[in-house]
Amino acid sequence: MSTLQIDFGHAKPRIVGIDLGTTNSLVAVMDLTGPRILSGIVPSVVSVTESGEVIAGAEAREMLITHPERTVYSVKRLMGRGVSDVQDELKLFPFPIVAGSESVLKLRLGDKVMTPPEVSAHILRKLKEDAEDVLGADVTQAVITVPAYFNDAQRQATKDAGRIAGLEVLRLVNEPTAAALAYGLDKRKEGLVAVYDFGGGTFDISILRLHDGIFEVLATNGDTHLGGDDIDNLLLNIALEDLQSEWGEDLSGNAALVQLLRRAVIQAKEALSFAPSATIDLEYGPRKYQREIDVQLFNRLIEPIVERTLGPCRNCIKDAGITVEQINETVMVGGSTRIPLVRSAVERLFRKRPHTELNPDEVVALGAAVQAGILGGEVEDKLLLDVTPLSLGIETMGGLMSKLIHRNSTIPASETELFTTAVDGQTNVLIHVLQGERELVKDCRSLARFDLKDIDPMIAGMARIQVRFLIDANGILNVTAKDLRTGKEQSMDVKPSYGLTDDQVEAMILESYDKAEEDFKERQVREARVEADAILGAVDKAKEDAAYQALAEDERTAIERSINELKLAYHSDDHLLIRDQIEKLNQATMALAEAIMNEAVGKALKGTNINA
Amino acid sequence: MKFYEALGLEPKLALDSEDLKKRFYDRSRQWHPDRFSRGTSEEKQRSEEMTSTLNDAFRTLRDPVSRAEYFLSQSGLELPKDAPPELLEEIFELNMALEELRGGDESAREQLVSAQERFTNMLGEADTNLADLFGRYDETFDTAVLDQVRAVLNRRKYVSNLLRDVEKELNVHSAN
Repeated sequence: MSTLQIDFGHAKPRIVGIDLGTTNSLVAVMDLTGPRILSGIVPSVVSVTESGEVIAGAEAREMLITHPERTVYSVKRLMGRGVSDVQDELKLFPFPIVAGSESVLKLRLGDKVMTPPEVSAHILRKLKEDAEDVLGADVTQAVITVPAYFNDAQRQATKDAGRIAGLEVLRLVNEPTAAALAYGLDKRKEGLVAVYDFGGGTFDISILRLHDGIFEVLATNGDTHLGGDDIDNLLLNIALEDLQSEWGEDLSGNAALVQLLRRAVIQAKEALSFAPSATIDLEYGPRKYQREIDVQLFNRLIEPIVERTLGPCRNCIKDAGITVEQINETVMVGGSTRIPLVRSAVERLFRKRPHTELNPDEVVALGAAVQAGILGGEVEDKLLLDVTPLSLGIETMGGLMSKLIHRNSTIPASETELFTTAVDGQTNVLIHVLQGERELVKDCRSLARFDLKDIDPMIAGMARIQVRFLIDANGILNVTAKDLRTGKEQSMDVKPSYGLTDDQVEAMILESYDKAEEDFKERQVREARVEADAILGAVDKAKEDAAYQALAEDERTAIERSINELKLAYHSDDHLLIRDQIEKLNQATMALAEAIMNEAVGKALKGTNINA
Repeated sequence: MKFYEALGLEPKLALDSEDLKKRFYDRSRQWHPDRFSRGTSEEKQRSEEMTSTLNDAFRTLRDPVSRAEYFLSQSGLELPKDAPPELLEEIFELNMALEELRGGDESAREQLVSAQERFTNMLGEADTNLADLFGRYDETFDTAVLDQVRAVLNRRKYVSNLLRDVEKELNVHSAN
């Protein structure tokens, strides 16, 4: 557990791989033997306590029920987006949006106002601290995964989040590509692989050619607003309608109840992957609600959602310039691929049984760790060649988009364009950069406006300014301009259409530094206590089990002693001491847990980390 | 020619696709920004420039058509903008049939299906023709051959656009 420290004699700081997911996040690192998950799953939830402190992870998830109006989940769906992009989403979120934040969303959580990158930064900081705990060393550099279909603003927002969290983001890696990297690592696979990545909030499909350690992405497609969340919302709406007719009131505005119901709905959804029917089970004060959902109904409900993933798959196959028969393997990633209907739809489309042996929750983080190993120089025989998911272009006369770099181009990709002036004495040229596949500017995503300024006044058409558009290996646009007449760098102002300016990010970094130190210690103690609560509760329940009585007397005594010691440590301010005692109690109850598991009545322990 | 240089190749029209891929992979391994994540900012910038050119080069040269277009433009020969005269009648009739089908006249379908087959064959012929011309040019450096390449490319472009329009229309209407 957390006290374990392994020193590989690395003089270099370790680069971690982070899967920053819609629902859950994970951190991993590359070891000599392969990639390894560094700590448990961190729920991607951030909350502000009444005393104004920001918390993230499992602890924050509890606040979803008690303080829904100051707790954010699924913030990934808001990254790099403007207010008008997310109207549908916002109806479902219980936390308010601060008015007047056009290009950058701002959320009000208690007395704090935060942008999505700042919220994500809290999740990243939690992962960073977890990793530091396990590694026993500072972690300052990371590879973070993003959905392959993320646009420039969403990628930039993710990178900003890393910076705010005190992490140098060495690379953003596309999630399906990371999964392929983890998948193809020890198997020495060759050939064409399709990665179907259906997560909590996003869907991606990527087709890669694996050859001699090179992972070459041929094409990618997807939908950054399609995931397990959408399935939850379907079930949630049904349950809310039920409640309205049964309890006679519209409860959709009751945030705490909605969160309780959301949890119940998710439990039912997950159960339906293994059982023919499941019950949505809600207890709200004295009132109870139960609704059975069978697989047939569930499948009928989610079929349109599953269907929406298939179009991008077909387009991706076409863009890769291959036929479906040529694909050797299909790899499933993301929690939503546990759903049998999803698996059968994928099997039908790709005409072969998809690989499901990898843990779909972990494979992306493991892949990110492999990429970290590549960047750190520990992994020398692998190389990722990824593509840009969307075409990049500029606005031309008549509101048309002129493409400069086509989608599915291998990155880094660059293009240069020559610009000049249209009227005598003109000193500025404005370039509007867009991303998308459509012909009209209004149907594409505005990335930024570049203002080439301080051009020497001259006759129209005489100026020669060469602008270079480069999509780097992170899939992020970099623009540089040169005045060909003088050979000097052309000065320009950049106004991103969505997202934070560099100055804003810098300010947030400074602000976070001030608070980071004091927060850190306190948080570690509190987290250790949360873990202690969990295990103490679980052991209490386990003691009621027959298996407890069946233990030898000295084993029971050992458990009692460990419980008391943990309760003592609980009130200390030393998180290491608490964690030590947790570990001891873990050890002492190992046999008990096993016995209970064997009896297949392990329900009491389910969901706790007693066996972790 | 920059793209050929990036892959360490002599400028030739005919290229072996396996050799091309191998060159691309080898150079990617050497130059990719992943190899310079702890390098100086000059190294990083250079790596980015090298790989973005390499990626452009591979994308352009691996497809015989875009390769030939690149080769021609580097040789100072642009593709003509006008439709090849021998295709004019074909284009005219086809547009009529497309209009009819869009207007709901199903009898035009048959005509489009046969056009689809004809265009597919024409594309195949053009590709064989190109391969042939590529070989001839690489041996002789005869600029007259380049002119022929240019004519075939122009014709091919029109045929391929026509085929795309036909297939799009056939798909739209078969879905109904």
